[in-house]
Amino acid sequence: MDLFLQQVLTGLANGAIYACLALAVVMIYQAIDHFNFAQGEMAMFSTYICWSMIAAGVPYWLAFFLTIGISFLGGVAIERIIFKPIHKAPILSHIVVFIGLLAIFNSLAGAIWDHTIKTFPSPFPGGSFHGLIGMHEVGMFFVTLILLLAIFCFFRFTRIGMAMQAAAANPESARLVGIRVGWMLALGWGLAAGIGAVAGMMIAPIVFLDPNMMLGILLYGFAAAVVGGISSPAGAVAGGFLVGIIENLAGTYIPSIGSELKLTVALILIVTVLLFKPNGLFGKTIVTRV
Amino acid sequence: MSHLLEVKGLEASYGNINVLHGLDFNLEDGGVTTILGANGAGKTTTLRAISGMVSRKGDIRLMDKQLVTLGTADITRQGIAHVPEGRGTFVRMSTEDNLKLGAYSRRDKAEITQDIEKVFSYFPILKQRRTQQAGTLSGGEAQMLAVGRALMLRPRLLLLDEPSFGLAPLIVQELFAILKRINVEEGVSMLLVEQNASLALELADHAYLLETGNIVISGTSDSILENESVRRSYLGY
Repeated sequence: MDLFLQQVLTGLANGAIYACLALAVVMIYQAIDHFNFAQGEMAMFSTYICWSMIAAGVPYWLAFFLTIGISFLGGVAIERIIFKPIHKAPILSHIVVFIGLLAIFNSLAGAIWDHTIKTFPSPFPGGSFHGLIGMHEVGMFFVTLILLLAIFCFFRFTRIGMAMQAAAANPESARLVGIRVGWMLALGWGLAAGIGAVAGMMIAPIVFLDPNMMLGILLYGFAAAVVGGISSPAGAVAGGFLVGIIENLAGTYIPSIGSELKLTVALILIVTVLLFKPNGLFGKTIVTRV
Repeated sequence: MSHLLEVKGLEASYGNINVLHGLDFNLEDGGVTTILGANGAGKTTTLRAISGMVSRKGDIRLMDKQLVTLGTADITRQGIAHVPEGRGTFVRMSTEDNLKLGAYSRRDKAEITQDIEKVFSYFPILKQRRTQQAGTLSGGEAQMLAVGRALMLRPRLLLLDEPSFGLAPLIVQELFAILKRINVEEGVSMLLVEQNASLALELADHAYLLETGNIVISGTSDSILENESVRRSYLGY
């Protein structure tokens, strides 16, 4: 029983990583209706910016919030400079640009900060909670929940949040009620970049900072977002924890899986969920009369 | 009488294909004008050109303010509400959120709440559907929501694209009676595009007849109703 509890908590800790990144994935999906494959690399890049500031002597929390601000502006700039001109291009062109961005950020980070693995500080006290789960993981768990609550309130209760959803769902109608759709897209990119930065800064103390830190994690983030339901931020977070726990339990109790085939478990989970619930576990089923 | 909207030499195109070939027309302030014409005559395109949803040339002035250089969102903010073909409601959002979004460009919170109640008084069924996803509304309810959302802008001019499309005759009667009331009580001017010419001429005081991108006949609704060729082609008697 102790082993079981231990594994569930470890799964929860890993799940917090996936949940955090899944939130960023869902955020951009809400704004632009696509997966952004460069999301992980953008988060990694933001984390490096924070690392540089801390290395230059900036206090942690100041660097933390400055990084969020810089990432937000960076996200807006990416939309305005790169995606606005190709706005009407087919979806495939967008995907190519996403992948291009991924490669650019990855090699740029390597060129600026080199490829040696760096440690990244945690804002939370060291040690562990009753020897079961690290304090950083506990802190990260709550940061994710706070982020989720903030996103929920933003979309549900603010005028801009509603306008962003409207612009993504039906751009033409959105313009007809006076929403400047182009800026809503830019704002969505900014917010996604900001949330990604938080995810990066929370993940880096665990996986360490290097240009490839996000490659594996982004897959889990996508898995979490898809399992939970890509239209639902809360679903993405739940999906993140679920993927973390199931992956860990499967690795422990099914001997042939071990730690090597964990990623396979995540992918099997995606396929299984999509087979039975195409909108994800918590995704809204869109009802439309014809 | 003063003109609310003055259109001169309006051309519109989709890619290389010209659809409107230099339209001239005016809308009276406080009036209801209808554009009649067969399928493909350019009726919907005329509305979309006013709202800046197609590429266009010429002169469109709302009370002397040039609209041709503005984008759709900014034209809307000048007080032109467009109820598009197919209604264009936000299907994943509730009825009430759709109405709130209609007032997106306004900042007067207290009056927005009042205006939602006013829309509910014109369309009581929407009040019952308040929290329901817009995608689950019936055709008539969705059309009422689209008109209600447009009213939330407090428009000076309401552009209506085939509001009767796909609705049962009784619902159409009800909808047009309410449109008449809105025109009289709120003083909202309207430009109406309709397949159903007799219905449109009942509501409108002025009419233009569009044929392949040109205006061929214009006048008051009564004079159009008496026009022999209009009666034969569009009214069927």
